[in-house]
Amino acid sequence: MTERKIRVLVAKPGLDGHDRGAKVVARALRDAGMEVIYTGLRQTPEMVAEAALQEDVDIVGLSILSGAHLVLVPRIVELVRKNGQKDVVIFVGGIIPDEDVAALLDAGVSAVYGPGTSTVKIVEDVKQFTIKR
Amino acid sequence: MGVAAESGFSNDRRLMLARQITAVENDTAAGRIALDETFKKAGKAILIGITGAPGTGKSSLVNQLTSYLRSEKKLTVGIVAVDPSSPFTGGAILGDRVRMRDLSGDDGVFIRSMASRGALGGLALATAGVVQLLDAAGYDVVMIETVGAGQSEVEIARLAHTTLVVEAPGFGDDIQAIKAGILEIADILVLNKADLPGVESTERALKANLEMGYPMGINGKAGHQQSIEKQDEITGWHPPVVKTVATRGTGMKDLVEAIFKHQEYIKGSGTLSARNKERLKIEFEYLLKHRLFTDWQRNHTQQEIEQALIKIYSRQLSPQQALDQLI
Repeated sequence: MTERKIRVLVAKPGLDGHDRGAKVVARALRDAGMEVIYTGLRQTPEMVAEAALQEDVDIVGLSILSGAHLVLVPRIVELVRKNGQKDVVIFVGGIIPDEDVAALLDAGVSAVYGPGTSTVKIVEDVKQFTIKR
Repeated sequence: MGVAAESGFSNDRRLMLARQITAVENDTAAGRIALDETFKKAGKAILIGITGAPGTGKSSLVNQLTSYLRSEKKLTVGIVAVDPSSPFTGGAILGDRVRMRDLSGDDGVFIRSMASRGALGGLALATAGVVQLLDAAGYDVVMIETVGAGQSEVEIARLAHTTLVVEAPGFGDDIQAIKAGILEIADILVLNKADLPGVESTERALKANLEMGYPMGINGKAGHQQSIEKQDEITGWHPPVVKTVATRGTGMKDLVEAIFKHQEYIKGSGTLSARNKERLKIEFEYLLKHRLFTDWQRNHTQQEIEQALIKIYSRQLSPQQALDQLI
Protein backbone atom coordinates (compact mmCIF):
# COMPACT_ATOMS: atom_id res chain seq x y z
CA MET A 1 0.00 0.00 0.00
CA THR A 2 0.97 3.64 -0.04
CA GLU A 3 3.63 4.52 2.53
CA ARG A 4 2.71 6.94 5.28
CA LYS A 5 3.64 10.41 4.04
CA ILE A 6 4.87 13.06 6.45
CA ARG A 7 2.68 16.15 6.11
CA VAL A 8 4.12 19.47 7.24
CA LEU A 9 2.48 22.89 7.44
CA VAL A 10 4.93 25.73 6.85
CA ALA A 11 3.33 28.99 7.96
CA LYS A 12 4.27 32.66 8.27
CA PRO A 13 2.31 34.12 11.16
CA GLY A 14 2.51 37.84 11.83
CA LEU A 15 3.21 40.88 9.76
CA ASP A 16 6.71 40.53 8.33
CA GLY A 17 6.78 39.99 4.59
CA HIS A 18 9.93 37.93 4.25
CA ASP A 19 9.30 34.35 3.25
CA ARG A 20 12.62 33.32 1.69
CA GLY A 21 13.52 31.30 4.78
CA ALA A 22 10.12 29.59 4.90
CA LYS A 23 10.39 28.70 1.22
CA VAL A 24 13.92 27.30 1.59
CA VAL A 25 12.77 25.08 4.45
CA ALA A 26 9.63 24.04 2.54
CA ARG A 27 11.75 23.12 -0.44
CA ALA A 28 14.19 21.09 1.68
CA LEU A 29 11.35 19.14 3.28
CA ARG A 30 9.85 18.53 -0.14
CA ASP A 31 13.15 17.20 -1.42
CA ALA A 32 13.20 14.86 1.57
CA GLY A 33 9.95 13.35 0.27
CA MET A 34 7.49 15.16 2.53
CA GLU A 35 4.24 16.86 1.60
CA VAL A 36 4.51 20.50 2.56
CA ILE A 37 1.48 22.75 2.79
CA TYR A 38 2.49 26.37 2.36
CA THR A 39 -0.09 29.00 3.29
CA GLY A 40 1.53 32.30 2.37
CA LEU A 41 2.29 35.50 4.23
CA ARG A 42 0.60 37.31 7.12
CA GLN A 43 -1.35 34.54 8.75
CA THR A 44 -3.17 35.00 12.04
CA PRO A 45 -2.71 32.31 14.72
CA GLU A 46 -6.32 31.26 14.00
CA MET A 47 -5.56 30.78 10.30
CA VAL A 48 -2.50 28.65 11.10
CA ALA A 49 -4.42 26.44 13.53
CA GLU A 50 -7.30 26.05 11.09
CA ALA A 51 -4.97 24.97 8.27
CA ALA A 52 -3.21 22.51 10.59
CA LEU A 53 -6.59 20.99 11.47
CA GLN A 54 -8.00 20.71 7.96
CA GLU A 55 -4.76 19.37 6.53
CA ASP A 56 -4.25 16.90 9.43
CA VAL A 57 -0.52 17.62 9.49
CA ASP A 58 2.09 15.85 11.59
CA ILE A 59 4.32 18.90 11.95
CA VAL A 60 3.86 22.69 11.96
CA GLY A 61 6.85 24.91 11.11
CA LEU A 62 6.50 28.61 11.92
CA SER A 63 8.73 31.25 10.38
CA ILE A 64 8.81 34.59 12.20
CA LEU A 65 11.16 37.51 11.57
CA SER A 66 9.05 40.28 13.03
CA GLY A 67 9.96 39.92 16.69
CA ALA A 68 6.41 39.00 17.69
CA HIS A 69 7.25 35.37 18.39
CA LEU A 70 6.59 35.56 22.14
CA VAL A 71 3.00 36.59 21.41
CA LEU A 72 2.24 34.56 18.29
CA VAL A 73 3.86 31.21 19.07
CA PRO A 74 2.21 30.44 22.44
CA ARG A 75 -1.16 31.43 20.94
CA ILE A 76 -0.71 29.05 18.00
CA VAL A 77 0.40 26.18 20.26
CA GLU A 78 -2.65 26.78 22.45
CA LEU A 79 -5.09 26.84 19.51
CA VAL A 80 -3.62 23.71 17.90
CA ARG A 81 -3.85 21.81 21.19
CA LYS A 82 -7.38 23.11 21.83
CA ASN A 83 -8.43 21.76 18.44
CA GLY A 84 -7.49 18.29 19.64
CA GLN A 85 -4.19 17.97 17.81
CA LYS A 86 -2.29 17.03 20.95
CA ASP A 87 0.65 15.30 19.30
CA VAL A 88 1.36 17.68 16.42
CA VAL A 89 4.99 18.83 16.68
CA ILE A 90 5.58 22.57 16.33
CA PHE A 91 8.94 24.15 15.50
CA VAL A 92 9.97 27.76 14.99
CA GLY A 93 12.52 29.36 12.70
CA GLY A 94 13.61 32.95 12.10
CA ILE A 95 15.16 35.79 14.03
CA ILE A 96 14.75 34.62 17.62
CA PRO A 97 17.06 36.13 20.30
CA ASP A 98 18.83 33.47 22.37
CA GLU A 99 17.16 34.66 25.57
CA ASP A 100 13.70 33.96 24.10
CA VAL A 101 14.40 30.34 23.11
CA ALA A 102 13.66 28.93 26.58
CA ALA A 103 10.29 30.70 26.70
CA LEU A 104 9.29 29.21 23.34
CA LEU A 105 10.35 25.72 24.40
CA ASP A 106 8.33 26.19 27.59
CA ALA A 107 5.32 27.17 25.50
CA GLY A 108 5.41 23.71 23.88
CA VAL A 109 7.63 24.19 20.85
CA SER A 110 9.96 21.28 20.03
CA ALA A 111 12.81 23.21 18.41
CA VAL A 112 13.93 26.74 17.54
CA TYR A 113 16.16 27.33 14.50
CA GLY A 114 18.09 30.55 14.06
CA PRO A 115 19.81 31.96 10.98
CA GLY A 116 22.48 29.66 9.57
CA THR A 117 20.81 26.39 10.61
CA SER A 118 21.45 23.81 7.91
CA THR A 119 18.38 22.44 6.15
CA VAL A 120 19.90 18.97 6.58
CA LYS A 121 19.55 19.35 10.36
CA ILE A 122 15.93 20.53 10.07
CA VAL A 123 15.04 17.61 7.79
CA GLU A 124 16.68 15.11 10.17
CA ASP A 125 14.92 16.63 13.19
CA VAL A 126 11.54 16.57 11.46
CA LYS A 127 12.00 12.88 10.65
CA GLN A 128 12.90 12.21 14.30
CA PHE A 129 9.86 14.17 15.54
CA THR A 130 7.62 12.07 13.33
CA ILE A 131 9.07 8.80 14.59
CA LYS A 132 8.61 9.86 18.21
CA ARG A 133 4.97 10.90 17.74
CA MET B 1 -17.22 33.55 13.53
CA GLY B 2 -20.84 34.36 12.82
CA VAL B 3 -21.26 32.08 9.82
CA ALA B 4 -19.39 29.32 11.60
CA ALA B 5 -22.06 28.89 14.21
CA GLU B 6 -24.73 28.39 11.55
CA SER B 7 -22.86 25.82 9.52
CA GLY B 8 -22.76 23.18 12.24
CA PHE B 9 -19.31 21.84 11.44
CA SER B 10 -17.72 21.75 14.88
CA ASN B 11 -13.97 21.47 15.37
CA ASP B 12 -14.35 17.88 16.58
CA ARG B 13 -16.26 16.89 13.47
CA ARG B 14 -13.74 18.61 11.25
CA LEU B 15 -10.80 16.97 12.98
CA MET B 16 -12.43 13.57 12.54
CA LEU B 17 -13.03 14.37 8.86
CA ALA B 18 -9.43 15.52 8.41
CA ARG B 19 -8.15 12.27 9.93
CA GLN B 20 -10.48 10.15 7.81
CA ILE B 21 -9.17 11.94 4.72
CA THR B 22 -5.60 11.08 5.72
CA ALA B 23 -6.59 7.45 6.20
CA VAL B 24 -8.22 7.33 2.77
CA GLU B 25 -5.19 9.02 1.19
CA ASN B 26 -2.91 6.42 2.73
CA ASP B 27 -5.28 3.57 1.81
CA THR B 28 -5.30 2.16 5.34
CA ALA B 29 -7.84 -0.27 6.81
CA ALA B 30 -9.47 2.65 8.66
CA GLY B 31 -9.69 4.55 5.40
CA ARG B 32 -11.50 1.68 3.70
CA ILE B 33 -13.95 1.40 6.56
CA ALA B 34 -14.59 5.17 6.34
CA LEU B 35 -15.31 4.84 2.61
CA ASP B 36 -17.67 1.90 3.14
CA GLU B 37 -19.52 3.71 5.90
CA THR B 38 -19.92 7.01 4.05
CA PHE B 39 -20.83 5.56 0.66
CA LYS B 40 -24.57 5.47 1.28
CA LYS B 41 -24.63 9.00 2.69
CA ALA B 42 -22.75 10.50 -0.25
CA GLY B 43 -24.22 11.54 -3.58
CA LYS B 44 -25.99 14.71 -2.45
CA ALA B 45 -23.34 17.35 -3.06
CA ILE B 46 -22.86 19.36 -6.24
CA LEU B 47 -19.41 18.38 -7.54
CA ILE B 48 -17.63 21.16 -9.42
CA GLY B 49 -14.31 20.47 -11.16
CA ILE B 50 -11.85 23.26 -11.89
CA THR B 51 -9.05 22.62 -14.35
CA GLY B 52 -6.81 24.63 -16.68
CA ALA B 53 -3.14 25.42 -17.24
CA PRO B 54 -0.93 26.59 -14.35
CA GLY B 55 -1.22 30.31 -13.80
CA THR B 56 -4.67 30.75 -15.30
CA GLY B 57 -6.06 31.51 -11.83
CA LYS B 58 -7.76 28.30 -10.72
CA SER B 59 -7.11 28.76 -6.99
CA SER B 60 -8.12 32.43 -7.04
CA LEU B 61 -11.30 31.43 -8.85
CA VAL B 62 -12.07 28.75 -6.25
CA ASN B 63 -11.51 31.39 -3.56
CA GLN B 64 -13.96 33.91 -5.08
CA LEU B 65 -16.50 31.32 -6.21
CA THR B 66 -16.60 29.86 -2.69
CA SER B 67 -16.93 33.32 -1.11
CA TYR B 68 -19.87 34.01 -3.41
CA LEU B 69 -21.58 30.68 -2.71
CA ARG B 70 -21.16 31.24 1.04
CA SER B 71 -22.42 34.82 1.16
CA GLU B 72 -25.07 34.86 -1.59
CA LYS B 73 -26.33 31.27 -1.67
CA LYS B 74 -25.61 30.20 1.93
CA LEU B 75 -24.11 26.93 0.71
CA THR B 76 -21.34 25.12 2.59
CA VAL B 77 -18.31 24.22 0.50
CA GLY B 78 -15.65 21.51 0.66
CA ILE B 79 -12.53 22.04 -1.46
CA VAL B 80 -9.99 19.46 -2.62
CA ALA B 81 -6.97 21.11 -4.23
CA VAL B 82 -4.49 18.78 -5.95
CA ASP B 83 -0.87 19.78 -6.59
CA PRO B 84 1.85 17.62 -8.16
CA SER B 85 4.19 15.26 -6.28
CA SER B 86 7.81 15.09 -7.34
CA PRO B 87 8.33 11.93 -9.40
CA PHE B 88 11.84 11.67 -7.93
CA THR B 89 11.43 12.23 -4.18
CA GLY B 90 7.67 11.83 -3.75
CA GLY B 91 7.64 15.18 -1.94
CA ALA B 92 5.30 18.02 -2.78
CA ILE B 93 4.68 21.68 -2.13
CA LEU B 94 0.95 22.22 -1.76
CA GLY B 95 0.39 25.92 -2.26
CA ASP B 96 -3.24 26.35 -3.24
CA ARG B 97 -4.22 27.69 0.18
CA VAL B 98 -2.12 30.81 -0.47
CA ARG B 99 -4.86 32.10 -2.81
CA MET B 100 -7.70 30.97 -0.55
CA ARG B 101 -6.96 33.07 2.53
CA ASP B 102 -10.31 34.87 2.31
CA LEU B 103 -12.00 31.59 3.24
CA SER B 104 -10.33 31.10 6.60
CA GLY B 105 -12.31 31.63 9.77
CA ASP B 106 -15.45 30.17 8.18
CA ASP B 107 -16.43 26.73 9.47
CA GLY B 108 -18.71 26.29 6.48
CA VAL B 109 -15.65 25.87 4.28
CA PHE B 110 -13.23 22.94 4.49
CA ILE B 111 -10.06 23.10 2.38
CA ARG B 112 -7.85 20.07 1.91
CA SER B 113 -4.65 20.05 -0.16
CA MET B 114 -3.70 16.78 -1.82
CA ALA B 115 -0.51 15.69 -3.52
CA SER B 116 -1.00 13.77 -6.77
CA ARG B 117 1.29 10.95 -5.50
CA GLY B 118 2.32 9.76 -8.93
CA ALA B 119 -1.12 9.61 -10.51
CA LEU B 120 -1.49 11.16 -13.94
CA GLY B 121 -4.57 12.91 -15.22
CA GLY B 122 -4.58 15.81 -12.77
CA LEU B 123 -6.01 14.05 -9.71
CA ALA B 124 -4.63 11.71 -7.06
CA LEU B 125 -5.84 8.11 -6.86
CA ALA B 126 -7.65 8.87 -3.61
CA THR B 127 -9.30 12.11 -4.78
CA ALA B 128 -12.65 10.46 -5.50
CA GLY B 129 -12.62 8.95 -2.02
CA VAL B 130 -11.84 12.29 -0.40
CA VAL B 131 -14.65 13.93 -2.37
CA GLN B 132 -16.99 11.21 -1.11
CA LEU B 133 -16.00 11.95 2.51
CA LEU B 134 -16.68 15.70 2.10
CA ASP B 135 -19.97 14.96 0.34
CA ALA B 136 -21.08 12.56 3.09
CA ALA B 137 -19.96 15.01 5.79
CA GLY B 138 -22.68 17.33 4.50
CA TYR B 139 -20.94 19.99 2.42
CA ASP B 140 -23.45 21.25 -0.16
CA VAL B 141 -20.83 21.86 -2.82
CA VAL B 142 -17.51 20.07 -3.31
CA MET B 143 -14.95 21.77 -5.54
CA ILE B 144 -12.09 19.79 -6.99
CA GLU B 145 -9.12 21.76 -8.29
CA THR B 146 -6.78 19.73 -10.50
CA VAL B 147 -2.99 19.84 -10.73
CA GLY B 148 -3.19 22.07 -13.79
CA ALA B 149 -0.54 20.39 -15.89
CA GLY B 150 -2.54 20.95 -19.02
CA GLN B 151 -3.92 19.05 -21.92
CA SER B 152 -4.48 15.55 -20.57
CA GLU B 153 -6.42 16.33 -17.42
CA VAL B 154 -9.61 14.56 -18.31
CA GLU B 155 -10.07 12.52 -15.12
CA ILE B 156 -11.84 15.48 -13.59
CA ALA B 157 -14.70 15.27 -16.09
CA ARG B 158 -15.47 11.78 -14.82
CA LEU B 159 -15.51 12.85 -11.20
CA ALA B 160 -17.22 16.24 -11.36
CA HIS B 161 -20.80 17.00 -12.38
CA THR B 162 -19.88 20.40 -13.79
CA THR B 163 -16.36 20.93 -15.12
CA LEU B 164 -14.97 24.45 -15.45
CA VAL B 165 -12.00 24.85 -17.76
CA VAL B 166 -10.13 28.03 -16.89
CA GLU B 167 -8.35 29.91 -19.66
CA ALA B 168 -6.58 33.25 -19.64
CA PRO B 169 -5.42 35.64 -22.37
CA GLY B 170 -1.96 34.89 -23.74
CA PHE B 171 -2.06 31.12 -23.30
CA GLY B 172 -1.69 30.09 -26.91
CA ASP B 173 -3.39 30.63 -30.23
CA ASP B 174 -6.47 29.11 -31.84
CA ILE B 175 -4.62 25.87 -32.62
CA GLN B 176 -4.29 25.27 -28.88
CA ALA B 177 -8.02 25.76 -28.69
CA ILE B 178 -8.85 23.03 -31.23
CA LYS B 179 -6.47 20.41 -29.83
CA ALA B 180 -8.27 17.48 -28.34
CA GLY B 181 -8.42 17.06 -24.61
CA ILE B 182 -9.01 19.72 -22.09
CA LEU B 183 -11.39 22.01 -23.97
CA GLU B 184 -13.56 19.05 -24.87
CA ILE B 185 -14.31 18.32 -21.23
CA ALA B 186 -15.50 21.85 -20.45
CA ASP B 187 -19.10 22.24 -19.37
CA ILE B 188 -18.33 25.90 -18.81
CA LEU B 189 -15.33 27.80 -20.17
CA VAL B 190 -14.07 30.44 -17.79
CA LEU B 191 -12.05 33.18 -19.41
CA ASN B 192 -10.23 34.53 -16.38
CA LYS B 193 -8.03 37.64 -16.17
CA ALA B 194 -10.56 39.27 -18.46
CA ASP B 195 -9.10 42.68 -17.64
CA LEU B 196 -5.87 41.85 -19.49
CA PRO B 197 -5.13 42.94 -23.06
CA GLY B 198 -5.81 40.24 -25.63
CA VAL B 199 -9.00 39.05 -23.97
CA GLU B 200 -11.09 39.71 -27.11
CA SER B 201 -8.97 37.50 -29.35
CA THR B 202 -8.88 34.71 -26.78
CA GLU B 203 -12.66 34.92 -26.43
CA ARG B 204 -13.07 34.80 -30.21
CA ALA B 205 -10.82 31.73 -30.47
CA LEU B 206 -12.70 29.91 -27.70
CA LYS B 207 -16.11 30.73 -29.14
CA ALA B 208 -15.06 29.77 -32.66
CA ASN B 209 -13.84 26.45 -31.30
CA LEU B 210 -17.12 25.85 -29.50
CA GLU B 211 -19.14 26.61 -32.61
CA MET B 212 -17.06 24.11 -34.58
CA GLY B 213 -17.83 21.52 -31.96
CA TYR B 214 -21.55 22.23 -32.12
CA PRO B 215 -22.35 22.88 -35.81
CA MET B 216 -26.09 22.71 -35.09
CA GLY B 217 -25.55 25.40 -32.50
CA ILE B 218 -25.58 29.11 -32.30
CA ASN B 219 -24.11 29.81 -35.76
CA GLY B 220 -23.55 33.50 -35.85
CA LYS B 221 -26.35 34.23 -33.44
CA ALA B 222 -24.10 34.17 -30.40
CA GLY B 223 -25.48 36.35 -27.68
CA HIS B 224 -29.07 35.91 -28.81
CA GLN B 225 -30.40 34.33 -25.66
CA GLN B 226 -33.60 32.82 -27.02
CA SER B 227 -31.98 30.98 -29.90
CA ILE B 228 -29.32 29.54 -27.60
CA GLU B 229 -31.92 28.10 -25.27
CA LYS B 230 -33.94 26.64 -28.09
CA GLN B 231 -30.85 24.95 -29.46
CA ASP B 232 -30.10 23.50 -26.04
CA GLU B 233 -33.29 21.48 -26.20
CA ILE B 234 -32.40 20.05 -29.58
CA THR B 235 -28.69 19.40 -29.42
CA GLY B 236 -27.81 19.32 -25.73
CA TRP B 237 -25.59 21.58 -23.69
CA HIS B 238 -23.52 24.34 -25.28
CA PRO B 239 -20.64 25.31 -23.01
CA PRO B 240 -20.86 29.04 -22.41
CA VAL B 241 -17.81 31.29 -22.13
CA VAL B 242 -17.93 33.25 -18.87
CA LYS B 243 -15.51 36.14 -18.35
CA THR B 244 -14.11 36.67 -14.85
CA VAL B 245 -11.45 38.58 -12.95
CA ALA B 246 -10.90 36.19 -10.07
CA THR B 247 -8.61 38.44 -8.05
CA ARG B 248 -11.42 41.00 -7.80
CA GLY B 249 -14.42 38.68 -7.78
CA THR B 250 -15.78 40.05 -11.06
CA GLY B 251 -18.11 37.71 -12.95
CA MET B 252 -18.93 35.37 -10.05
CA LYS B 253 -22.68 35.98 -10.35
CA ASP B 254 -22.62 35.00 -14.05
CA LEU B 255 -20.46 31.98 -13.30
CA VAL B 256 -22.70 30.69 -10.52
CA GLU B 257 -25.76 31.17 -12.75
CA ALA B 258 -24.05 29.17 -15.49
CA ILE B 259 -23.16 26.41 -13.01
CA PHE B 260 -26.75 26.18 -11.71
CA LYS B 261 -28.08 26.18 -15.25
CA HIS B 262 -25.76 23.31 -16.10
CA GLN B 263 -26.87 21.44 -12.97
CA GLU B 264 -30.49 21.75 -14.11
CA TYR B 265 -29.56 20.57 -17.56
CA ILE B 266 -27.68 17.44 -16.41
CA LYS B 267 -30.47 16.52 -14.02
CA GLY B 268 -33.19 17.00 -16.63
CA SER B 269 -31.39 15.24 -19.46
CA GLY B 270 -30.25 12.17 -17.53
CA THR B 271 -26.60 13.14 -18.00
CA LEU B 272 -26.07 13.28 -14.24
CA SER B 273 -27.12 9.74 -13.55
CA ALA B 274 -25.22 8.50 -16.61
CA ARG B 275 -22.06 10.25 -15.40
CA ASN B 276 -22.45 8.88 -11.89
CA LYS B 277 -22.92 5.34 -13.19
CA GLU B 278 -19.89 5.61 -15.47
CA ARG B 279 -17.73 6.87 -12.63
CA LEU B 280 -18.83 4.14 -10.22
CA LYS B 281 -18.25 1.53 -12.91
CA ILE B 282 -14.70 2.77 -13.48
CA GLU B 283 -14.04 2.82 -9.75
CA PHE B 284 -15.41 -0.70 -9.37
CA GLU B 285 -13.26 -1.99 -12.24
CA TYR B 286 -10.19 -0.30 -10.81
CA LEU B 287 -10.77 -1.90 -7.41
CA LEU B 288 -11.40 -5.25 -9.07
CA LYS B 289 -8.06 -5.12 -10.91
CA HIS B 290 -6.31 -3.99 -7.75
CA ARG B 291 -7.89 -6.73 -5.63
CA LEU B 292 -7.18 -9.48 -8.18
CA PHE B 293 -3.59 -8.31 -8.47
CA THR B 294 -3.00 -8.30 -4.69
CA ASP B 295 -4.64 -11.72 -4.35
CA TRP B 296 -2.50 -13.08 -7.16
CA GLN B 297 0.61 -11.58 -5.59
CA ARG B 298 -0.22 -13.22 -2.27
CA ASN B 299 -0.52 -16.64 -3.93
CA HIS B 300 2.87 -16.46 -5.61
CA THR B 301 6.28 -16.29 -4.01
CA GLN B 302 8.62 -13.47 -4.82
CA GLN B 303 10.94 -16.13 -6.22
CA GLU B 304 8.41 -17.35 -8.79
CA ILE B 305 7.83 -13.82 -9.98
CA GLU B 306 11.56 -13.08 -10.16
CA GLN B 307 12.22 -16.22 -12.16
CA ALA B 308 9.58 -15.24 -14.66
CA LEU B 309 11.14 -11.78 -14.91
CA ILE B 310 14.61 -13.28 -15.50
CA LYS B 311 13.21 -15.24 -18.44
CA ILE B 312 11.70 -12.06 -19.79
CA TYR B 313 14.91 -10.06 -19.30
CA SER B 314 16.92 -12.67 -21.21
CA ARG B 315 14.21 -12.72 -23.88
CA GLN B 316 13.55 -16.46 -23.50
CA LEU B 317 9.88 -15.69 -22.94
CA SER B 318 7.73 -12.79 -23.96
CA PRO B 319 5.83 -11.10 -21.12
CA GLN B 320 2.63 -12.78 -22.42
CA GLN B 321 4.24 -16.24 -22.42
CA ALA B 322 5.62 -15.75 -18.92
CA LEU B 323 2.14 -14.81 -17.74
CA ASP B 324 0.66 -17.93 -19.34
CA GLN B 325 3.12 -20.04 -17.36
CA LEU B 326 2.36 -18.30 -14.07
CA ILE B 327 -1.43 -18.14 -14.19
